Amino acid sequence: MAKKLVTLRIDEHTLQVPEGMLVVDAARKVNVDIPVFCYHPKMDPVGMCRMCLVDVGRPVIDRATGEVVKEADGSPKIAFGPKLDTACTTPVSEGMVVITNSDKVRAARKEVVEFILTSHPLDCPVCDKGGECPLQNLTMAYGPGTSRFIFDEKMHLAKHVPLGELVWLDRERCIQCGRCVRFQHEVVDDPVIDFFHRGRSLEIITDSEPGFDSVFSGNTTDICPVGALTTADFRFGARPWEMVSAASLCSHCPVGCNITYNVRREAKTGGNMVIKRAMPRQNEGVNEIWMCDKGRLGYHFTESKQRLSEPLVRKGGELVPAGWDEALDLVAQKLREAGSSLTVLAGGRLSNEDLFNLRRLADAAGGQAVLDTHMGGGDLAALAVERGAALIVVNPNETRLDKFATHTLRYNPGELLLTFGGFLESAAGKVFAEAENALVFYGSNGLGLQQSTYLAYAAAELLVKTGHYGKANNGLIPVWPKANSQGAWDMGFRPASNLGDQLRQSKAVYIAASDPAGDDPALAAALDEAKFVIVQDLFLSETAKHADVVLPAAAYTEREGSFTSGDRRVQRYYPAATPRGLARPDFIITAQLAGRLGVELPAAAALVLDQIAAQVPAYAGLSYQKLAEVHEQWPIIGRSDVYYGGTGYENKHGLGVQLPCAAERGEKIDLPAAANPVLPSVPAGSLLVIPVARLYDQGATLRPTALLDGRIARAELALNPETAEKFGLQAGGEALIAAGGWRVQVAVRVDSHLPVGLGLVPRSTGVPVFGPTAVTIEPVQVEIKA
Amino acid sequence: MSTYRILRHRDIPNIASLDVYRAEGGFEAFHKAVAGMQPSDVLNEVKASGLRGRGGAGFPAGLKWSFIPNNLWPHYVVANADESEPGTFKDREIMESNPFQFLEGLMLASYAVQAHDAYIYLRGEFWQIAKSLDGKIAELEAAGLLGDKIYGTEYSLRLHTHLGAGAYICGEETALLESIEGNRGQPRLRPPFPAVYGLFGKPTVINNVETLANVPGIIANGTAWFREQGTEKSPGVKVFSLSGCVNKPGNYELPLGTTFRELIFNYGGGLPEGRSIKAIMPAGASSSLITADDRALDTPMDYESVAALGSALGSASVIVLDDSVNVAWMVSKTVEFFKHESCGKCTPCREGTYWMSHIADRIVKGDSRKEDIDLLNYVARQMQGKCLCALGEFSTMAVVTGIEQFREDFEKLQRS
Ligand SMILES: Cc1cc2nc3c(=O)[nH]c(=O)nc-3n(C[C@H](O)[C@H](O)[C@H](O)COP(=O)(O)O)c2cc1C
Ligand code: SF4
Ligand code: SF4
Ligand code: SF4
Ligand code: FES
Repeated sequence: MAKKLVTLRIDEHTLQVPEGMLVVDAARKVNVDIPVFCYHPKMDPVGMCRMCLVDVGRPVIDRATGEVVKEADGSPKIAFGPKLDTACTTPVSEGMVVITNSDKVRAARKEVVEFILTSHPLDCPVCDKGGECPLQNLTMAYGPGTSRFIFDEKMHLAKHVPLGELVWLDRERCIQCGRCVRFQHEVVDDPVIDFFHRGRSLEIITDSEPGFDSVFSGNTTDICPVGALTTADFRFGARPWEMVSAASLCSHCPVGCNITYNVRREAKTGGNMVIKRAMPRQNEGVNEIWMCDKGRLGYHFTESKQRLSEPLVRKGGELVPAGWDEALDLVAQKLREAGSSLTVLAGGRLSNEDLFNLRRLADAAGGQAVLDTHMGGGDLAALAVERGAALIVVNPNETRLDKFATHTLRYNPGELLLTFGGFLESAAGKVFAEAENALVFYGSNGLGLQQSTYLAYAAAELLVKTGHYGKANNGLIPVWPKANSQGAWDMGFRPASNLGDQLRQSKAVYIAASDPAGDDPALAAALDEAKFVIVQDLFLSETAKHADVVLPAAAYTEREGSFTSGDRRVQRYYPAATPRGLARPDFIITAQLAGRLGVELPAAAALVLDQIAAQVPAYAGLSYQKLAEVHEQWPIIGRSDVYYGGTGYENKHGLGVQLPCAAERGEKIDLPAAANPVLPSVPAGSLLVIPVARLYDQGATLRPTALLDGRIARAELALNPETAEKFGLQAGGEALIAAGGWRVQVAVRVDSHLPVGLGLVPRSTGVPVFGPTAVTIEPVQVEIKA
Repeated sequence: MSTYRILRHRDIPNIASLDVYRAEGGFEAFHKAVAGMQPSDVLNEVKASGLRGRGGAGFPAGLKWSFIPNNLWPHYVVANADESEPGTFKDREIMESNPFQFLEGLMLASYAVQAHDAYIYLRGEFWQIAKSLDGKIAELEAAGLLGDKIYGTEYSLRLHTHLGAGAYICGEETALLESIEGNRGQPRLRPPFPAVYGLFGKPTVINNVETLANVPGIIANGTAWFREQGTEKSPGVKVFSLSGCVNKPGNYELPLGTTFRELIFNYGGGLPEGRSIKAIMPAGASSSLITADDRALDTPMDYESVAALGSALGSASVIVLDDSVNVAWMVSKTVEFFKHESCGKCTPCREGTYWMSHIADRIVKGDSRKEDIDLLNYVARQMQGKCLCALGEFSTMAVVTGIEQFREDFEKLQRS
């Protein structure tokens, strides 16, 4: 519902804004900056810092008549309060007059800045915020030139306080604005930091173990208006003015957070562009101005010493360096020979351009394009985004989402089908059926390819049954494990029903951005049976070690490209760092190979996207120009001295384009009847274990971020105390779990919140459990040293 | 019949026991209200009495109750028993010695706004009082005066005590609410006011202990009786806590409008031999100083007259300073107090009290620079009008008025 508009005056501007808007925001609408420290447009106002004081007048209303009293000249009589008001807590009202440029207001700002600076260290020359510091900028703009506070009376406090291993606090620089605390409490609901003590002794502390235990902790360093909070990653790393910005996307998950890589040339890398930090880039349709710590810290794979920098060809049993021409010629020859017996296996972290060219290469050779995934249903995904709804959470185990859910349904992994069968009759189901708009987010928590495919189909059926399909703000949103799994589906890659067999039978296997051998020993064995294996990757992965030719790919940070997010927004990213050695972008490598096969593929990213637009119906009309379009976003936050003094948030390089769903394009989707999920039978003495996602997994692009070592998920088996006892396992102990040809040692975690008779294993930690699996368990006897 | 209205224990032995309190007419007002009056009648009676809040601001109690909206439920009543202003010690005497009158007042207020739960927030040091009140509350429950279906009506009420943890700021009503809720004791932004968004986000009345202790008398004896004492705009009696350089410090229950001179000299026994009165702090550490000249001494102690002197009656904790006291020293003490008690939420108070305490300290130690007196004055004025709650403002009162009226005391301490 549109809010009523009110008319007010701010200095010489007359403006109309929606009722309830705060004066500080209204002022931004007419380019009047009211300086703030504690206010942040993404959080409730608290009125603490008192920097935003302005003179607020309101029309005088005659009590008897209810009319506005007029001055002699007919203008409304305005009454100003005896004191200045905080613009960040005062909502606009009809006829209000706000004065921000009077002597009184100027004096107040100067005085508040003087107060803030009394005990501030002003060690700007060694402060990470220096150069993009709101306190510096607002001091220059509004503060006094000198302080009357005696230097020797400054309060001295600890300057290097690790709140955890990721975020450090300089207590002296903290101006007690509370933004960090409010962010953790209000925005992410991880209330792990807080204020402690009072008065001038107020300080920020963490009360979690490990310290500052929140995957969004890095955001506090962005919104901290001073250099009090810094990430361990960027701390003393570079000065803001030495760096330039490269617009990018996070490559760790399908949300598609828009980010900025700040880069600079460094002598120690031979003058190459090096990434110094990642910051969120404003996209109000995606990540607003936030990002998680995995994305913020997880770029170090780019600079990893382990990166491949030249092609390798197997000679005499050894992989040895070779030139590009030699390697490509050999690969082309093998592709030709393999013909329809070629399997191209791609991972969901490749860009749309890479995937499109790869698919075309597979087609050219007559081979098959396979997606490396354990989650299905990408052909059903449809548009939808809107917030603030009833949330129904269906999971086998407790998750953090439960807290926000209006309805929580638990199922035993063996009874997924039943859950869906009876859903519409349940209370939650009724809410769902009657809702004006409904979205289903589905993922693969606890599920394998087969079950998640079933889930997708069952959910799609539910949406169709209840009329929540084929219109905006309705539909199915997959929560993919990889950044561009959706794009891979859209480019025609599909999971194989039996990847092992397929690999075994292939004359040539071409694997890009995927590590089947590393994930699963059975696939490693299968690869050994394949005739010829080509691996295109960043690292000499387990799979690459089985290869006949290894082609070094440029990281996504070193080139341009586009990803399609889980909610089907196509977004582009730009080159940030200098490519490693001879590494080339994936789509160029494939274009060069295709050329050798007599097929012309574009070797420029923009041209590939043009072809995608021409050939993939959902992508019709897209172009790099279109993806680069921006419109003004609210709140105005990038390059704003009042919220943040730098350029990190600025989005000048595109908000992306959300794809219409098939129905919106007038296409009909036929829903195939969903096959029942097949669950393994669990023999007596075995345990059913399911894979669950962990943010900090041991994925190839995250492991090089050493800073996260302490928080990375380990190979473990989590179970209920009762179940643990049944198998003779002890909390903190170790166990050997085994199934179909593998045996892995894992740590045992006991958690009474878990359902009885079920084990949880984190994905991407070296345990080859990709769906519900029956495993045998032996406790490992731990020797107790005397 | 007691000559006292509030400090009735001074006439009636053992009024702290329920039997005695009831024998002296206790809980008749509550019975009259619950069994025979509409809540709005009780509210209107208190409104008509002109009873003003005794916690500091002197806001009309009935008017405050009438702000509670009837479309938002539940309602709460909170008794402010934080009594942390230096020099104030009246609520303690009331709760220790005439507790049932206070509780009855709280119960009447609750009935008037139809609250079914009421809280008594006591400063942490009052833990013994809290324990004793818990006992009294249990007695009332046993006697059927608290709990469900009181006097066989549909009205139910429960009282709860809550102890603070040693913060002056928790006497400020919104910080107090935060503290009851288990949060940091820091003031909230206003609006919304507690009458609409109070305890647990619900409409809440907050009154001082003494304010509430006045209510049973009003309901039992009527408005006219209440107005027999005091002035037109400040009706009733007040318990004045007298301390400082007087011979007989203590609590004195006197009509509002009694002059400073009467309080200090007639009741307080005057000053020690050979001393002369120099200044008065009528509202504890938060006071603007009053130079104790004849005009001041003959000023009636009611809200308007004291305000006309450029000060405020506040909670009427009258601290007397004689000629042996150096005002600069005294100011350094109040500033130190406020620095210690500032909650730190807002910049001017957090930084300003810290800054002022350093300057005042330098002055008192004889280490100050020539410009420091003016600087101190400046810093105090620089804080004024900018703080989030009244504490910051309070911290500047003695500083500004002290320098204005007794500058020579500051100069005396400076090295020439
Ligand atoms: C810093 C500060 C401290 C206060 N301390 C007390 C106190 O200890 N006791 C009290 O009754 N009121 C105190 N007040 C006043 C309360 O905020 C509130 O106005 C009062 O409890 C209302 O009750 P009344 O209307 O009955 O006076 C304080 C106010 C401030 C700003
Ligand atoms: S926080 Fe800002 S003002 Fe303070 S030292 Fe750092 S750069 Fe300077
Ligand atoms: S650490 Fe930064 S964000 Fe947090 S309160 Fe201090 S200044 Fe504000
Ligand atoms: S004025 Fe002082 S006590 Fe009040 S909110 Fe500000 S810092 Fe806290
Ligand atoms: S008080 Fe308004 S920005 Fe801090």
